[in-house]
Amino acid sequence: MKNTQANPKGIYTISNRLGDQANRAVQASEDRPNSLTSGHRACQGCGEALGARIVVDAALRAAKGQIIVVNATGCLEVFSTPYPETAWQTAWVHSLFGNAPAVATGVAAAMEVKGRGNVRVLAQGGDGSTTDIGFGCLSGMFERNDDVLYVCYDNQAYMNTGVQRSSATPPTARTATTPPVGSEPGNVFGTGKNVPLIAMAHQIPYVATATVADVQDLEAKVFKAMSMRGARYLHVLVPCPLGWGSPPRETINLARLAVQCGLFPLFEAENGTVTRATKIRQPVPVENYLKPQRRFAHLFKGGKPVDDRLARMQEMADANISRFNLLGHEETCK
Amino acid sequence: MLKQVEGSHAVAEAVALCRPEVICAYPITPQTHIVEGLGELVKAGHIKDCKYINVESEFAALSVAIGSSAAGARSYTATSSQGLLFMAEAVYNASGLGLPIVMTLGNRAIGAPLNIWNDHSDAMSLRDAGWIQLFAENNQEAIDLHIQAFRIAEDISCPVMVCVDGFILTHAVEQVDVPDQKQVDAYLPAFVPAVVLDPKAPASVGALVGPEAFTEVRYLDHKKQLRAFDAIDRASTAFKSVFGREAGGFIRSYHTKDAETVIVAMGSVIGTLKDMIDEKRKQGHKIGLVSICTFRPFPTAEVGAALKDAKHVIVLEKSLASGQGGVLAAHVRAGLHEAIPLTTLIAGLGGRPIPKNALSEFVEKIGIPSSDELHFLDLKQDIVDGELKKTEEERNARLRNGAARGR
Ligand SMILES: Cc1ncc(C[n+]2csc(CCOP(=O)(O)OP(=O)(O)O)c2C)c(N)n1
Ligand code: SF4
Ligand SMILES: [Mg+2]
Repeated sequence: MKNTQANPKGIYTISNRLGDQANRAVQASEDRPNSLTSGHRACQGCGEALGARIVVDAALRAAKGQIIVVNATGCLEVFSTPYPETAWQTAWVHSLFGNAPAVATGVAAAMEVKGRGNVRVLAQGGDGSTTDIGFGCLSGMFERNDDVLYVCYDNQAYMNTGVQRSSATPPTARTATTPPVGSEPGNVFGTGKNVPLIAMAHQIPYVATATVADVQDLEAKVFKAMSMRGARYLHVLVPCPLGWGSPPRETINLARLAVQCGLFPLFEAENGTVTRATKIRQPVPVENYLKPQRRFAHLFKGGKPVDDRLARMQEMADANISRFNLLGHEETCK
Repeated sequence: MLKQVEGSHAVAEAVALCRPEVICAYPITPQTHIVEGLGELVKAGHIKDCKYINVESEFAALSVAIGSSAAGARSYTATSSQGLLFMAEAVYNASGLGLPIVMTLGNRAIGAPLNIWNDHSDAMSLRDAGWIQLFAENNQEAIDLHIQAFRIAEDISCPVMVCVDGFILTHAVEQVDVPDQKQVDAYLPAFVPAVVLDPKAPASVGALVGPEAFTEVRYLDHKKQLRAFDAIDRASTAFKSVFGREAGGFIRSYHTKDAETVIVAMGSVIGTLKDMIDEKRKQGHKIGLVSICTFRPFPTAEVGAALKDAKHVIVLEKSLASGQGGVLAAHVRAGLHEAIPLTTLIAGLGGRPIPKNALSEFVEKIGIPSSDELHFLDLKQDIVDGELKKTEEERNARLRNGAARGR
């Protein structure tokens, strides 16, 4: 198993099937576990389907096949388990929209009392489930330091119900409940919450952010999380072609641009302290990331920004860049 | 072993004897002493191989139990009132997933207005959530029903709610016979789950089910509840042979053979009613009692049969379906011959005492009515009349104001 260091080379293409076995990601390895099989009903180019497959495959491999997955209600659950079919090859349970962290606590407790601590528990849900309705349960699970890896697939809105705003929706984004009309079109500035930072405030062993653009980095973070015990949190940005109004083929590209422009910083934290932030190797202006998405179309007219809102988005990205020290060459920031 | 203990502690000891593997705790009066008692038993090492989890809400309490039960651990939690409502979504979910969780409900009123005292509104609000609901008459039965509950739940993979009247039972210090571990072990086999989350045999639990199969799923839920009758019967029969005393079952009749008036009730008020009936029988009144132990599934046929010779049935109940009437009464009506009049007597709401004398007077006064009636025991008529009048006057004033403002 090679990939236990978060993207050591900072290379994006290493997971591809042309590389030699030793350097391939789990996704491209010959004995990939394939926890989420094809035939499920996700949209073409769904970042969440991709993210979940990468994460669960990696977790499965890290735990030598001994995992139980707890899924919150949302796109991932709906598209993967339409009765009588299931796309999951792992032990998997779905209970409710807002209780996945608590259900996972229960599964982990059962494994502990049964003396089966080798069985690891992975809970997963969308941003709505994680940052809004299931937030109380998530915080409780963190606070008790229950032995659960929780993964949030953040597509920045309630997609399963038709793209409504969540507390992870960025400012200006158009959703069905933040329409691009009025004096402040789209989602407003100055709202929302940063759950990775809130997770850190619980002093849990491990918190990390990742995207589906860098498979090796994502897998490495899963491996790292799985090498630890206690409550761990992974926040993965997963573009949604339907909700973002982007071509399916742009999913990976948009995830990468979100990182490169600074709006989605990649970092890891242990016990409440940031231990590592990934430097942006090719910085881009936020415009490059926002423009290809129809949910931000109202920011531009004739290819030009309509007002200062684009600049305000850039300010947010710049603030991230300086907060996490994302520019330069040195990988580690302590 | 005979002991003089508080009801909550008796319940905690009974649950401990059932060897739970995961206990989820969240405080709410009047249930709190039960989970406190269990916490102490786990921490002191009296319950082996058990994880006691202090959670952040009732919603989490039952959700944790859902996870642990689905992963094959015998799971328990307890709540009351607002706590039950807070976990309502998970209550349905637990039964939908067929998880044999046992939960104590320390029965309490539901607000607003906030009220911590006893009635049955909480249990009644989730009566259709797919759980078996058993009502304890006294603390001995509270113990016995908990031991039966695990057996019933695991027999047919269905969660069981044991309803114990808040304060009246949970806080009452009574003498009880606490069984020993050997007896309970002989009665309650190890938990062998029907469906279990296990990486060795991966299954997907909790799929999305569309219109093409949902009716069938619900039909099967109904069938399961009907099968629960057999499981409840088996559990109470076996209980008698192991422990030598009767507990549980569907209903119990008291002096119904020649009774003209039969009262139907459930929970701790049964004791008061028996005393009242004894007194009235001495005075020559032909009066009897049917006590309901199993409310879900509802033993309609048994209730109907027990009441078939009555001239008048009084359903005494501690809950009210606003705009409709009595909940238990509606259930009893379904099994009752249409020619027999049924009086609904709402009593004990929000902890209002149900004195024997008031009941006796009521029975005396109502006699045998010709049709169904709804009454409230000890209702302060002058207060409600005054309030109704005031509300009407204020409403008229508001309407006049609105009209004057011209919109
Ligand atoms: C208690 C409750 N409220 C609302 C819903 C409706 N609902 C189901 S999925 C969903 C959206 C899920 O959004 P998110 O968690 O972000 O996941 P996504 O679909 O975007 O992947 C909503 C609102 C529900 N199932 N349960
Ligand atoms: S709506 Fe978005 S998240 Fe849902 S399946 Fe489609 S692409 Fe995936
Ligand atoms: Mg979402």
